[in-house]
Amino acid sequence: MSALLEKPVEGTVELSRQADRYRLRILEMAIKGNGGHIGGSFSVIEMLTALYHRVLNHDPQNPNWEGRDKLVFSKGHCCLALYNVLAEFGYFPKEKLETYYQDGGYLAGHPTFGKIPGVEATAGSLGHGLPIAVGMAIAARHRGENRRIFTILGDGESNEGSVWEGFAAGGQFGLSNLTAIIDCNGYESLGTVDEIMSIEPLAGRLQSFGWEVREINGHNMDEILGALESVPFNSSKPSAIVSRTNKGNGVSFMENVSMWHYRAPSEEEAAQARRELEARINR
Amino acid sequence: MRDAFIAALHDIAAEDDRVMLLSADIGFAVFDKFRDDYPGRYMNLGVAEANMIGVSAGLALSDMRPFAYTIIPFLTMRAFEQIRVDVCAQNQPVVIVGVGGGLSYGVLGPTHHATEDLAVMRALPNMTIVMPSDPAEARAATRAAHDHDGPVYIRLGKNGEPALTDYSNFQIGKAAEVRSGSDVTIVSGGPILKVALEAADALEQDGLSCRVINIHTVKPIDADAILQAAVETNAMIVLEEHSIIGGLGSAVSEILAENAVGKPFKRIGIPDMFCHTVGSQEYHWQEQGFTAGEVAGSARILMQI
Repeated sequence: MSALLEKPVEGTVELSRQADRYRLRILEMAIKGNGGHIGGSFSVIEMLTALYHRVLNHDPQNPNWEGRDKLVFSKGHCCLALYNVLAEFGYFPKEKLETYYQDGGYLAGHPTFGKIPGVEATAGSLGHGLPIAVGMAIAARHRGENRRIFTILGDGESNEGSVWEGFAAGGQFGLSNLTAIIDCNGYESLGTVDEIMSIEPLAGRLQSFGWEVREINGHNMDEILGALESVPFNSSKPSAIVSRTNKGNGVSFMENVSMWHYRAPSEEEAAQARRELEARINR
Repeated sequence: MRDAFIAALHDIAAEDDRVMLLSADIGFAVFDKFRDDYPGRYMNLGVAEANMIGVSAGLALSDMRPFAYTIIPFLTMRAFEQIRVDVCAQNQPVVIVGVGGGLSYGVLGPTHHATEDLAVMRALPNMTIVMPSDPAEARAATRAAHDHDGPVYIRLGKNGEPALTDYSNFQIGKAAEVRSGSDVTIVSGGPILKVALEAADALEQDGLSCRVINIHTVKPIDADAILQAAVETNAMIVLEEHSIIGGLGSAVSEILAENAVGKPFKRIGIPDMFCHTVGSQEYHWQEQGFTAGEVAGSARILMQI
């Protein structure tokens, strides 16, 4: 039994508000740690909120619960988002969020399997999560388990060849228990994905690799839940969600600006970001 | 060795339904019986080694016991970072089975030679490296790898190697003294152990007593057996089918240097080069001086005889 089922079901407005609360904490952690990937954490936060608050069968009191769904968070540099959601559910004490990027701290700049409860696979080097998720999906299917496997990867990450090896395998083996979510915020480190190494037309590419694809606005909670709650989209294919997002979404001066891939804000910037996020939370 | 591996794995799979065999489109027909006898537990993942290792890690994280098989350079080097992060950093029980150790695929050229694999695999935390020398040892190594709770790299040769050992008591990390002797020691492992034994025969004919130690486990290496031999004999040679950089010779050197043994010592391996010569494994061995006569000659020089 999932612990989540005992919680009141949150409406989409409340879920969006929760995503903004996460944004504020992500900001504070990045300020305290003087680093971290704010932009990509903001782009993926609605998706993570929807997954953990509404979609995944999981039990924070028993992170290794055998009946759980698994999320392989492949864009590991955006772990600020993941850490906050895991701490919210009590996978580890919230105080440990304070140790992010600190000497001798608990939370590194990329998530580590075996050290942090709720982290299903080590990530940080890009292009690793999808193949691992494929392996998990093969194992679940082989054993006849109902477990669903989700993975979130970035659009920049999808420059990696191993991502496409993983997409080929998922399609080849018809892994309908597998859902890949591509957080398409449009940017990689040094510029836009389109100008550096385009992966478009992404939906068409994924379809040609044997995946059933839906394209959504990754900041619209109704669209997110509509997609997540209807996987598998096809009973004999893996599902792909092309989630169109804005890097830095939620703070006006961070949106679609490359440097927020890894920069921490100045005091003045932090004050403005806080004001904007608090306004969103209180709206 | 390849057939011995697959026969052993077939037996193990009957006992443990978590065992899966993955191939990156290598092993024509050799896995058919496994595939037929264990439906759904053999998968050809295509010519995509990085994905195969990631998938293996995902299976291991799901309490399966994957064996990932292909030709060594593509396995250990193409997919190196997946082995590093997905398998070793997560400390998962994935058995990486490489075929074509050393110059086994001599005529296929340097792309297919496995001459730096030990160096790169040795550097990985949590990795255990097993290098059987003959079919019997390959069988034992396969079982030991399955029983080991962590990453293992098995460096196979090819197929049809002669029997050199008789291991009823194969133990990871425990070297085997395959020939006793008191004057000089040859440390070796893998199919080239055959040449070490022939060199020992040649030295015996000259009245020199030669110990031969089979290091079937390159990591963790049996430092005690090496130090004991270094103390009890007058000189030591390492003979390996690998670059002299980073392999067995390097591992033994590290042990000797840190223990101030101070006795004559020589590494015989492939110099810092790619082997562009066209020829069989035996031809390459001749080229490289991996012969009983050359190795015995090196021993005599070391001992100043």
